[in-house]
Amino acid sequence: MSLLQDVAVGEPDPIRAPRVSGSVLRTVGSKVLRAVITLGFVVVFNFFLFRMLPGDPIGLYTRGRNQDAEQLAELRRELDKPILEQFLTYIRNPFDPGIDSTRFSRPVWEMIGERIWPTFLLLGTAIILASIIGIWIGIRAGWKPGGRFDKISTGTTLTLYSMPEFWLGMMLLIVFSVGAFGIPGMFPVGGIVTPGVDTSTPAGWLNVLWHMVLPCTTLTLIYLADYSLVMRASLIDERKQEYLTLARAKGLRDVMVRQKHAVPNALLPTITLIFLSLGFVVTGAITVETVFSWPGLGLLTYEALRGPDIPLLQAIFLLFSIAVIGANLIAELLYVVIDPRVRS
Amino acid sequence: MSSVATQRRKAAFARFWAAYRHDRAGMAGLIILVFFILVAILAPILIPDDALDVTKADGERFDSPSLGYPLGTDDSGRSMLLLLAYGTRISLTVGLAATLVAMIIGTAVGIMAGHFRGPGSHVLVGVTDWFLVIPFLPLAIVLATVLGPSTLNLIIVIGITSWAGTARLIRAQTMSIEGRPYMERSKALGAGNWHQMTRHVLPNVFPLVLANTTLTVAIVILSETTLSFLGLGDPLAPSWGAILDRAFSSGAVSRGAWWFVLPPGICVVLVVLAFTLVGRAMERILDPRGTTA
Repeated sequence: MSLLQDVAVGEPDPIRAPRVSGSVLRTVGSKVLRAVITLGFVVVFNFFLFRMLPGDPIGLYTRGRNQDAEQLAELRRELDKPILEQFLTYIRNPFDPGIDSTRFSRPVWEMIGERIWPTFLLLGTAIILASIIGIWIGIRAGWKPGGRFDKISTGTTLTLYSMPEFWLGMMLLIVFSVGAFGIPGMFPVGGIVTPGVDTSTPAGWLNVLWHMVLPCTTLTLIYLADYSLVMRASLIDERKQEYLTLARAKGLRDVMVRQKHAVPNALLPTITLIFLSLGFVVTGAITVETVFSWPGLGLLTYEALRGPDIPLLQAIFLLFSIAVIGANLIAELLYVVIDPRVRS
Repeated sequence: MSSVATQRRKAAFARFWAAYRHDRAGMAGLIILVFFILVAILAPILIPDDALDVTKADGERFDSPSLGYPLGTDDSGRSMLLLLAYGTRISLTVGLAATLVAMIIGTAVGIMAGHFRGPGSHVLVGVTDWFLVIPFLPLAIVLATVLGPSTLNLIIVIGITSWAGTARLIRAQTMSIEGRPYMERSKALGAGNWHQMTRHVLPNVFPLVLANTTLTVAIVILSETTLSFLGLGDPLAPSWGAILDRAFSSGAVSRGAWWFVLPPGICVVLVVLAFTLVGRAMERILDPRGTTA
């Protein structure tokens, strides 16, 4: 959530950057290694967190639900093994929890596999829309800081940035789906498709699209606030550079200076940030999917924590961590590839 | 503490305030904050003792705003206005307490990582980076699930997941202070690590810590709202997020009961925006070159 604070996370230190292009490989190698180590800690943390606590772990695993005696006995057999043995079994394959989801009594990764596509669809669309609109707003605002467009857009984006995304979703639902303040309800209250509609037909796609309008609008508005604020700050920084004075001195029109010189350079940190913001994107997915009953990983997380369904939660945590660590790695590598200043 | 240093700090504060007063956005944020802090402090006086008792609520359920209930009623007939005022108290308390936890961890880790050299420092940097990379909400969810829902646990969970950005900032600042002549002088005079860190580094990074704190409170209050909405806070403490959770699970959305949803959200937006505005104004004044942004 602290995207604005963590701007510098993925920025490689320019002083320590390698001088010869041959050592690019070494930079890449060390970044990959770091990502793997980070992931290793997640895997270890994920194991010990749920075993560190005092009390009966069975209670934690099955809190608030009825389990039949056989299931409990099996759980207990599993958890009664020596901790080292459990850890070794676990570390051999961290993706196999050994225990099914305690709430749905199904293998956890099977459920995740079903839920991953709706999330991809929703988040992918929202991120693309938010990047395009956010960058456009950021360019217009950042090129004339203090101007009228800047004042209005920065005020709006700061307000959006301060908003709990699920609250925005609930308000959109009340106004545009249930109908309030004289506006008739026109969008579905939730779900991904009207029950009974075949999603393999064009009519089915339209139905999905119609269900996606409100959740996607919610996420787009929240994400674009971040992207535009970052793009704006980045362009304002770029405006101080001497090469822009030179470009103007050459007699280039303002539009050319902006489009050909300032924007491409200002885009670099913004694009990396879009990758770095995946942790923040995940937060939005969990709450917004919950509000709109969008059957993706976010809603699955909510269902898992309401149990709580520990095996499912552990798997989801692992998956989200891998996604975010992977996106961070891509962002850092992208920086090396697209910004020659880092390399030379 | 010598009076010279005290006077110098007083003068620095006066200079800061003189600059701050001319920052319109910062002043607007400050006024909003003062209002909410007053509401939070006065809440127990403003609210009759049993007005929030579900069993004694006298309003209709899901009643739209009226003279008797200016913001309508919730799902058990309680006045939304009073619920909101009480929520202010809980949201701000949790927000400030969790920020304090995050600031203490972040500042301590940041100063130590910047001051010391060697493997210990690498470990601190590694831990900081780890917390920066791990997605906040999934981590907070597993921690909160394991600890169980209560206000204290909520504070601990948010504190543990929110300190890394601060640590990073403070470490960079500490490293730039480490090279200054007065540090060399104090080392030459035989100052130990503890003395150097608490008497020289800490006072110098403190203004930045303060600016960073206000920005962190904003994020922490958003985190509190999100976690409470997911049901990870104390179910009996109606923070703004918990009110929204109640609205959601009682079906206020499908009833179109906007008065149950709109006000808590507006409070969150106002407070978060106010903290952000104040924090940004402080940063602009304390660090005009914008190296921290």
